[in-house]
Amino acid sequence: MPEVWIPPRMQGLTDGKQQVQVEGRTVRQVVNNLEVLFPGTKSLLYDEEAQDLLPGVAVIVDGEASQMGLLQQVQEDSEVHFLPAIGGG
Amino acid sequence: MLDYKPNVVLSNQEFNAVGSRPIRHDGADKVTGKALYSADIRPPGLLYAKMLRSPHAHARIKSIDASRALALPGVHAVVTSDDLAKPSGFIVDQAERALNNARFTSNNVLAEDKALYRGHAVAAVAADNWHLAEQALSLIDVDYEVLPAVFDAGEAMKDGSPLVHERLANQQNGSRGGGIRSNDDNEKSTNVSDHCEFRIGDIESGFKDADVIVEKEVSTVAVHQGYIEPHSATAMWHSDGNVTVWSSSQGHFSVQETTALMLDIPVSKVRAIPMEIGGGFGGKLTSYLEPVAAALAKKAGKPVKVAMSRTEVFEGTGPTSGTNIRVKLGATKDGKFVAAEARLVFEAGAYPGSPVTGGAACMFAPYDIPNAYIEGYDVVVNRPKTAAYRAPGAPAAAFCMETAIDELSEKLDMDPVEFRLLNSAKEGTRRASGPLMPPVGFVETLEAVKNHPHYKAPLGGPNRGRGVASGYWTNYSGPSNAVATVNADGTVNLVEGSPDIGGTRATAAQHAAEVLGIPVEDVSPLVADTASIGYTSNTGGSGVTFKTGWACYEAALDVKRQMIGRAAKIWEVPEDDVEYVDGVLQHTSDPELRMTFSQLAARQNTTGGPIVGSAGVNPGGAGPALGVHLVDVEVDSETGKVEIVRYTVFQDAGKAIHPSYVEGQMQGGAVQGIGWALNEEYFVNDQGQMLNSSFLDYRMPTSLDLPMIDTVIVEVANPSHPYGVRGVGEVPIVPPMAAIANAIHGALGVRIDQLPMNPGRVLESLWGNNGSNGSGR
Repeated sequence: MPEVWIPPRMQGLTDGKQQVQVEGRTVRQVVNNLEVLFPGTKSLLYDEEAQDLLPGVAVIVDGEASQMGLLQQVQEDSEVHFLPAIGGG
Repeated sequence: MLDYKPNVVLSNQEFNAVGSRPIRHDGADKVTGKALYSADIRPPGLLYAKMLRSPHAHARIKSIDASRALALPGVHAVVTSDDLAKPSGFIVDQAERALNNARFTSNNVLAEDKALYRGHAVAAVAADNWHLAEQALSLIDVDYEVLPAVFDAGEAMKDGSPLVHERLANQQNGSRGGGIRSNDDNEKSTNVSDHCEFRIGDIESGFKDADVIVEKEVSTVAVHQGYIEPHSATAMWHSDGNVTVWSSSQGHFSVQETTALMLDIPVSKVRAIPMEIGGGFGGKLTSYLEPVAAALAKKAGKPVKVAMSRTEVFEGTGPTSGTNIRVKLGATKDGKFVAAEARLVFEAGAYPGSPVTGGAACMFAPYDIPNAYIEGYDVVVNRPKTAAYRAPGAPAAAFCMETAIDELSEKLDMDPVEFRLLNSAKEGTRRASGPLMPPVGFVETLEAVKNHPHYKAPLGGPNRGRGVASGYWTNYSGPSNAVATVNADGTVNLVEGSPDIGGTRATAAQHAAEVLGIPVEDVSPLVADTASIGYTSNTGGSGVTFKTGWACYEAALDVKRQMIGRAAKIWEVPEDDVEYVDGVLQHTSDPELRMTFSQLAARQNTTGGPIVGSAGVNPGGAGPALGVHLVDVEVDSETGKVEIVRYTVFQDAGKAIHPSYVEGQMQGGAVQGIGWALNEEYFVNDQGQMLNSSFLDYRMPTSLDLPMIDTVIVEVANPSHPYGVRGVGEVPIVPPMAAIANAIHGALGVRIDQLPMNPGRVLESLWGNNGSNGSGR
C-alpha cells in the first residue's frame, strides 16, 4: 500500500502520524482515500472548483516531482509526499 | 589562454553532437550588433511611454489627476490601475500550474489603492517621444496620504508594526504565500504571509546524541540580478481586436497570460513575440511593462513602447530577499550529523512570495541528516516585490549552513571536505523535506575537489585563506515542445519555444543532431512566438536543456521514423529492413540500398510530402544539481578589501550537452555569488529610498576584479533523461558566499555573518565589532 508522508501542518488531522498507509493507484485515489481515513485532509490538498491539486501544492512520488499531479500513477510500495511547490529562477 | 582542468566524465555513453562545443547559431548576430533586443522594435507610428513612480515607501493613493498631462500637445494617453482588470485576490492557478496571485500581480504593475514601495508604478503616459513623456509625468497630480512604513522582516513580524496589507491571508505551507482574506475571515492581520515547515525524525533525541553542537545566525540584504538589458515592452493592437506584444522575457507564454489577465481578454487574443534577452537570472520571469504598453496602445490607438531606466530597474523590479537565518547543527565526535534545525525569515517585498520555501527545502539537502526540522517565514515589507534570482532562496540558506559546517568541522578538527564526504547525500538519502534523493553525483564532485591541484596547493602568502562550500538546487522541468522540418538541402529547421539565455538554441540543436546523425550546424534552431509554437513553460529552474532538449530529441525521433518509412517506400522493402545509422539510411542486408539524410531530404516531396517531426512533452525526473566551490582569498588587513586569488567550481552536470556553456554557467554563477558576497546590496535609507540605484554605485564585479574562474565538470548522468542531462544554470550561485566567508575566516581567523563582506564589515570584524557569534541585523 502506498505510504503518504503527511506535511507537518496536516499532522493534527492524522493523530500526529508522520506517515500513513493509504490505498490508491493514482494520486487522486490516494487523496480521496486519505480523506476517508482522516477527514479534513482533502481540503488542504485539493481544489474542488478546479478539480485539481491546490495551487502551490507539489506532489512528489518516489523522489520525483510529478508533472501529472492527480493523474500520477503510484505503485504498491510508492512514497507520496505533498510539499509546497518551489519556483526556479 | 584558458587552462581548464580535465573534466571528470563518469557517464558511459558515446556521443557525436552531444558533448561537442559548436559555435552558437545566434552568436554572429549578437557579436556584430544585428540581433534584435526588446528595445529595437519600432512599428510605424510608435509612441513612447514612461512610468510615474511613487516617491513614498507606503502611501494611500487618494486621487490621480492626469488632466494637465493629457492637455500637453503630443501626449496621447495616460493609464492607471483603473485601466487594468481587477482579478481575484486569491491564489489562482493561472495556467499550466503557473501559480499566481493575480490581483497582486496587477497591483504591482500599477498600484491600486496604495503605493507599497518607493518606485512603485502608479501611472504611465504615452507621448510622441521620450522627452514629452517625461515632461508629462510631472503634470500628473497624485494626492498621497503618507503612511508609516516597515523595511525589515524582523520589524514587520512584531506586533504593532505597520501593516503592508490590511487583509493579508496567512497561507500555511503555500509556496508563494498569501492572498487577500475573505470578508468573513476575521483573523488578526499580519505581515507574515506564509509559514512552511519540514520535519524528519526527532530532533530532540538527535541533539541528545550530539557530541558537538554549532549554532549560528546570519543575515543578508537584498541584491539584484543585475541583468544588462533593462526591461522594455512594445504593444500594437490590430484591427481584429488582437494585440501583439514584443519584449524580452524568460517566458513569452507567461507574458501572454499576464497581459491577457490584466486586460481581461482571452490568451488567444495576445501574441507575445520573444526578443533576444540581455540577461534574466530569474528577474525576467515577471511581467512589469507588457500590460501597461498594451493598455496605453489601446487607449492611444497607436503602438506604444515603454522602457525602464537602470534606476527604474533597481527601484521598480524585484531583487531577491533580505534574510535572517538561524541554524543549529549537531554531530558525533567522529563527524556524523545527528540533528539539525533551522529557522529562515525572508523578506518578500511588497507582496507575498519570497523564495523562503526554496531556501528551506534546499538548506540541508546535500547531507544525510537523520533528524531535522526547518521552518520558514514569508514576510511582506515596504520594499520592491522580490523576484526569482538563480536558485531562489538557496544561496542565503547555504551561506548559513555551509559556514556553520565550517565551524563544525573546525571544532571536530576535521577536513571540511572529508566532513562533507562523510555526510554526503547519495541516491536514497532521506532529505529533510521528506522525499528520497534520486541519483546524484555529490560524492564524485567532492572526490574531484580532493583530487584537484587547487585543493593541495600552498596558499602562497600571508593574510590568505582557503574556503570550501557546497550547494544544492532542485532543478525543474515543465511542458515544452518542438517542431523539426526537413529542408530539401538536408538541413533541419528546429522550432521551439524557450527563450535562449544560456546557449540553449545550441543545446536544442545538439539533441536533434545527435538523433539524426547530422552536423549541429545543419540544424537551425528558432525560438518561436506564442502563435507559432505550442505552450512552453518558462526558461527557468535550470530546465530548458532538460525539457526542451527532450522535446527536440523526440521531434527528431519522429523525423527519423518518417525517413525510415520513406526509404522503405522508395526501395519497396519492409520498414523493419531499413536501419538508420549516423545520418545514413541503409538496407539491413543489401549494401546497394543506401541513402544519406540529404539525398532522401531532396526526395521528400515526391515520396509523400514534407517531413515534419513534432513532439510535446512534460517530462519528470529533472534530477537535482550539486556543486562545490573552492576559493582562495587575500585580505588587506588595513583596508579590509578581499581579493579573490583563485577560484575553482566543481559541479555534477549530468551529461554536459555543450561543455562550454556549462562552464559558462558555472563561471557566471560563481561571479554573481562573488558580487553578492563582497559588494552588492540595496543601500536603503530610513525612507525606503535606494541610494545606490546605478551601476556606478551598485558595485558588481567586473573582469578586472577577478581571476579566471576554473571549472571542473563532473558528469554523473541523470538516468531520467535520454542523454543524462541535469540542469546546471542555478546551483553555481549557491556556494560562493559561504565559500568566501570560510576563506576569510581562514585568512583572518574571524567569521563574518552578514553580507556583503565589504571592506567596512571586514574591518569591523577585525576590530571586534562583529565577532564570531554574529550580530544579526
